[in-house]
Amino acid sequence: MAADPKQVSADVSVPPSKPAFWNDPAWRAIFFQVLVLVGVVVFAAFLVRNTLHNMESRGISSGFDFLSKTAGFSIGETHFGISYTEENSYGKTFIVGLMNTIWVSMWGVFLATILGFIIGVMRLSTNWLVSKLAMVYIETIRNIPLLLQIFFWYFAILRPLPGPRGSIQLSFPIINFTHLIITVLVSAAAIFLLWWIGVKKRYDADQKAMPLWMLVIASVVTVLIIGNVVSLVTGFGLVAQWNESFFLNNRGLSYPQPIPEEGFAITGWAVAIGVVAAFFVRRWAKKRQDETGEQFPVFLASLGLIIGLPLVIFIFSGLPLHFDYPKLTGFNFTGGSVLTPEFISLLLALSFYTASFIAEIVRAGINAVSHGQTEAARAVGLRANPILRLVIIPQALRVIIPPLTSQYLNLTKNSSLAAAIAYPDIVLVFAGTTLMQTGQAVEIIAMTMAVYLTLSLLISTFMNWYNEKMALVER
Amino acid sequence: MKLVNKLAVSAALVSLAFASVTQAGTLDDIRAKGHLQCGVSQGLPGFSNPDQSGNWVGLDVDLCRAVAAAVFGNANKVKYSPLSAKERFTALQSGEVDILSRNTTWTLVRDTALGLNFAGVNYYDGQGFMVRKDLGVTSAKQLAGAAVCVNIGTTTELNMADFFRANNMNYKPVVFEKADEVVAAYDSGRCDVYTTDRSGLAAQRLKLKDPNAHIVLPETISKEPLGPVVRHGDDQWFDIVKWTLYCMVEAEEYGLSSKNVDEMKSKTSNPQIKRHVGTEGDMGKSLGLPNDWCYNVVKQVGNYGESYDKNVGPETSLKLSRGVNAQWTDGGLQYAMPIR
Ligand SMILES: N[C@@H](CCC(=O)N[C@@H](CS)C(=O)NCC(=O)O)C(=O)O
Repeated sequence: MAADPKQVSADVSVPPSKPAFWNDPAWRAIFFQVLVLVGVVVFAAFLVRNTLHNMESRGISSGFDFLSKTAGFSIGETHFGISYTEENSYGKTFIVGLMNTIWVSMWGVFLATILGFIIGVMRLSTNWLVSKLAMVYIETIRNIPLLLQIFFWYFAILRPLPGPRGSIQLSFPIINFTHLIITVLVSAAAIFLLWWIGVKKRYDADQKAMPLWMLVIASVVTVLIIGNVVSLVTGFGLVAQWNESFFLNNRGLSYPQPIPEEGFAITGWAVAIGVVAAFFVRRWAKKRQDETGEQFPVFLASLGLIIGLPLVIFIFSGLPLHFDYPKLTGFNFTGGSVLTPEFISLLLALSFYTASFIAEIVRAGINAVSHGQTEAARAVGLRANPILRLVIIPQALRVIIPPLTSQYLNLTKNSSLAAAIAYPDIVLVFAGTTLMQTGQAVEIIAMTMAVYLTLSLLISTFMNWYNEKMALVER
Repeated sequence: MKLVNKLAVSAALVSLAFASVTQAGTLDDIRAKGHLQCGVSQGLPGFSNPDQSGNWVGLDVDLCRAVAAAVFGNANKVKYSPLSAKERFTALQSGEVDILSRNTTWTLVRDTALGLNFAGVNYYDGQGFMVRKDLGVTSAKQLAGAAVCVNIGTTTELNMADFFRANNMNYKPVVFEKADEVVAAYDSGRCDVYTTDRSGLAAQRLKLKDPNAHIVLPETISKEPLGPVVRHGDDQWFDIVKWTLYCMVEAEEYGLSSKNVDEMKSKTSNPQIKRHVGTEGDMGKSLGLPNDWCYNVVKQVGNYGESYDKNVGPETSLKLSRGVNAQWTDGGLQYAMPIR
C-alpha cells in the first residue's frame, strides 16, 4: 500500500480522541504488571518474614556465620587439586562440594558430546547394521531412568569386583626412550630407502613398482631386524620393564599419576607457544587463501606445533616426568591416583544417558540440512570431506546447539543424583552433611539452589555466545 | 528415595514459610487427631524395627507407646514415620512428627541451634568399629588408610573424623544416606570398616551375610547418649515425654512391672508406689494428664528393664548386657528423677 505523504501527516495532525486512562490498553498493561509485581514481592516478603519468625520462635539458628566455623568431618574425594581437611570450614565444604559437582558435570558433558555425535552420525549411516545398532542404543538408554542406570553401574558392575588384594591388574611396558628413538630414526631411514629402491627408482625406469604388500612386509622385517640390532649393540631392550600400573577393584580404578620434575615447565611453555603459533598460522593461512586461493595444511601444521614441538622439547630436556605407581599397602592402594566407583558409575551413567539424547539431536540437525545443499556443493566441485566440513556441519550446528544446551543443563542438574551412591557432590556434602551438622536448612538449601541456577546460567550464556558465533551471518 | 528425602526437606521449608507456629498445644493437637506421630528409624533391630506382622517394635518404639499410654491410656495409638538420620530433625522441626525416638545422640548443637529438646536418655551408648575378621585387625589404632562406611548426618561421621585426626591416621569416608546402603556397602567389601553406635553395630550385624565373619574392635571412641527428642517451645509436651521415660525407669527401681502392677496398685501401702500408680497425689494433673498415666505406661508397655530385656537384652539376638544402662542402684546410669 503506497501511502500518500499528505494523508499520513493529516492522520497525525488529527489524533483520535484519547480514551480515559483506565481504558487505555497501554496504561492497563502497565497497571496489571505493577499489580503482579507488587503481589509477588509482598508474597515473597511474607514468606521470608514468616520463615524467620518461625525459626526464631523455635530457637533454630539462622544467618551465614556457620560458613566460617570448623567443619570437623572429612570428605571422600576432592578434585581440581583442592586440598581439604577436617580443620577447614563449612564454607570450604561448600567449595569442595561445588567443585566435585563441576568436575563430574564437566567430564560428563565432554564424554556425552563425543559419544552423542558419534552415535548420531552412526544412526544416519547407510550401513544397515551400524544404523540399527545406534538405534537400539538410543532407544534403550533413553528410556531407562537415569537413577536406575547409576545403580546398574554401581551395584551390578563395580560392586561385585574383587577387593584390593584380588585386584584385576593391567601391566604396562616401560619403554626405553633411547632405544625407541634410535630404532625409529634408523627404521625411518631404512623404510625410505626401501621405498626409493622399490618404487621411485623402478617407476622412473618405467618398470612396475613393487607391490604394496611386499613393501609392507619388507618394512616390518626391517624394523624388527633394526630393533634387535639396536638391542644387541646398546645392550638393553626396548622394554625396560613391565610395570603393574592399573588396578581395578571394588575401591575403584587405581592408575599411575604423572609427576612432573624440574624442567618440565619448558615443555608446558612449548605447548603454550605452540597454541599461539598455531593460531597465527591459521590466520595467515586464511588470509593467504582469501587472497590467492592457495591452501595450506593448517591442521597438520597445528598438530606439529601443539604436539610435535613440545614432544621434541620434552625429549631433549631429558624426559622430566615420572610416574607414581599405585602400591598395595595395608588395606588399600597408596600412591598413584584413583577413580572411585562412585565417580565412575555416576560419570558413565550421566554420559551414556545424555549421549542418547544428544545423538537424536545430532541426527535431527544433520537431517535438517536440505539435500539440495549437498548437491549444490557437489555441483561446484567440492569433494565429500569438504562438503561435510564446510557445508553440512556449519548449518547442522545451528539446529543442534540450542537443544544441546538444554542437554548440558540437564546433565549438570542430574549430577545431583550423586548422593544416591555416595559421590560427594554439593548435595551430599553441603546440602547433606553440612546441613545436618549445622541444622541451617534454609540458608543451605538456598545456597545450593543458587549454585545450580548459576551453573545453568553460565552454561546457557556460553552456549548462546557460541550459537551466535555459529549463527547465519547475513551479508 | 532421593525424592522422598527432597520432599521431606522441602516440606519442612515450606511449612516453616507458611505455618504460623502453634507454640504450645502439642498435647491438644495430639488429642484432637487421636494418635501420636512418632519418628523412628528405617529399621534398626532392637530399637525400632517392624516385626514379621509389620508392627513396630523396639526400645525406642516402646517409648512412643509409653507416651501414647500416658496420654490416651492406650499404647497402640501411635503412628510411625520411618526417618533416615538426615531427615529426622527436619521432620521434627516442621511438626511432621510429635516426638523423635530414633537412637538419636544428645549433643549441645542439636539441643540448641537445631531448636530441639532432649527429654532424657533411654540408652547410654558409645561409638565402635566393626571389621572383617580376616583382615587381622585387633585395634582401631591399626586402621590407618582404611575405607570407612558411615551414615550421613550422624554424630558417627564427626566422631570418626575426630578419632582418625587425633591419631594422625588417613582414611577414606564413604558416606551413604540410608543405613541399609551403608551395611550393604560394608558387606560387599566397598569399605574395610563399618562404624556406628555399638548398639547399632550389634543390630546391623544381624543383617550381614555372615555375621560371624566380623568382629567389633575393643575401642569405644565417643559418648552416645541416645534419647527421645521434642521441639523447643512447648514445655508441657517436653515434660510429658521426660516424665514418661522416668516413669518407666522408676517403675523398675520400685519393682513395678506390667505383671504385678495391678496387684501392687490394689494392695500396696507404700506412698511412693501409690503416687506412681496414681492412687495418691495428683501427679497426672500437674502434667495435664489423667492421674493413672504412669499406671497405664507400666501396665501396657512395662518398666524400663522389661523393655530392655525384651528388645535388646542378653536374651535377644542383639545380646547387649545391661552395662551402664543398669539402674543406679545396681551401679548403672539409669536414674529416674523422683515422681512426687
Ligand atoms: N546416634 C547417632 C547415629 C544414629 C544413626 O542414625 N545410626 C544409624 C546407623 S546404626 C541408624 O540408626 N540407622 C538406622 C536407620 O536409618 O534405619 C546420631 O544420633 O547421630
